[in-house]
Amino acid sequence: MNGRTYEEVATGEELPPLPIPLTRTLIVATAIASRDYQDVHHDPGLAVERGSTDIFMNILTTNGLVDRYVTEWAGPAAVVTAIRIRLGVPNYPGDTMTLTGTVTAKHDEDRRVEIAVRGENGLGAHVTGTVAVRLPAKDAT
Amino acid sequence: MTSYEDFAGREILPLWEGPDPVNVPMIRHWAEAMGDRNPIYRDDAAARATGRPGIVAPASMMQAWTMRGYAATVEGPDAGARAGAAAGARELDGLLEKDGYTSVVATDSEFEFHRELVAGDRVSVREVVESISPEKSTALGTGRFVTTVRTYTDQDGEVVAVQRWRLLRFRPKEARAPRPRPAVNRDNAFWFEAAREHRLVIQRCAGCGTLRHPPGPCCPHCGSFDWDAAEASGRGQVYSFVVNHHPRHPAFEYPLIVAVVELDEGTRLVTNLVGVEPGEVEIGMPVVLDWLDADPDLSLPVFRPQSGIAA
Repeated sequence: MNGRTYEEVATGEELPPLPIPLTRTLIVATAIASRDYQDVHHDPGLAVERGSTDIFMNILTTNGLVDRYVTEWAGPAAVVTAIRIRLGVPNYPGDTMTLTGTVTAKHDEDRRVEIAVRGENGLGAHVTGTVAVRLPAKDAT
Repeated sequence: MTSYEDFAGREILPLWEGPDPVNVPMIRHWAEAMGDRNPIYRDDAAARATGRPGIVAPASMMQAWTMRGYAATVEGPDAGARAGAAAGARELDGLLEKDGYTSVVATDSEFEFHRELVAGDRVSVREVVESISPEKSTALGTGRFVTTVRTYTDQDGEVVAVQRWRLLRFRPKEARAPRPRPAVNRDNAFWFEAAREHRLVIQRCAGCGTLRHPPGPCCPHCGSFDWDAAEASGRGQVYSFVVNHHPRHPAFEYPLIVAVVELDEGTRLVTNLVGVEPGEVEIGMPVVLDWLDADPDLSLPVFRPQSGIAA
């Protein structure tokens, strides 16, 4: 896994897009791995009764996927210091969410980089937000 | 009586320790489900190579350590270890339930992480309400945004993360109850049948020509039982109105403006005003006909302010 140092990241740099197929199994497996047993994340009948069109991904998983997306790019030495997200349209089974990201700010005092992230599915923006990571200095690697 | 405004600053979850310590198997299950192959979540040596003491938990997993899991479903949200501890949450849930906000969806999560978690850490969480929004119409339904701050601490009481957390508690659109049925009989059926075709009609005495509403069998002016119906122009003015806040019926949107509209033809009818805020309604305000299609079997005349008239 390639890591990035603080020095080699530039504001405006774009992260490679990451498409995530939203299978029913992924939505259920991630809900359970995050200990979220709310019926709308695994029971289609109850999800419909509660006003949804199907089961949908839970927000803890959206956090997890955004975290994964940024740290896969930043490398194992990166330390996540903030994840701020807003949800839009739901992630329903059968769709694909594609994550994209752009470096929006660098903070020299603590080698912190901010990345604006966006996850689009067939219905529109599922997630928009910001992830902040602290990266290693050049001589530390 | 407690209102939504009273909840700002109130604790709805006193400090509560997650059921499991931070542990490698749960981290592995999380990383596997998320498709996260970062070695610092499964390989001690790889984690140490990055300057860490050993395997760490993904930052985004913070909240998972304090989830009650299946127990919350089986025992209810406030049972078990939390029994008696979540009075604020129960009070808030009661208020939300009373207003029919039966559904919930998370909309925002803003995490600031103070340190990474390692195996053996015990994570506790405490939750305080920051604000509750006025009622909003959203794509999902009508509801309120409940914003809280969740503070995560470790076994030494040190803060490990702070999360601003926002839920939409709402009435699902599909769950709206059907509008109560009007009492249709042989005397007034013609009026409701015309309404279904989006025609507002007025009963007219065939003897003396007097218009009357509500429909009835006999002319109150001349006593004739013969009648026909005239088409209304659809223009009128607000003769009187009330704003219904309570009690609520799940079929209606509130606040509900119930008005007596005097038609240009002279008859008056009880109806609803739409497209206008309660505070903007005035006696004598010119209004025009619109149609409310409540469901496939029921259309009713409603009125909105005449366009071009300053509200």
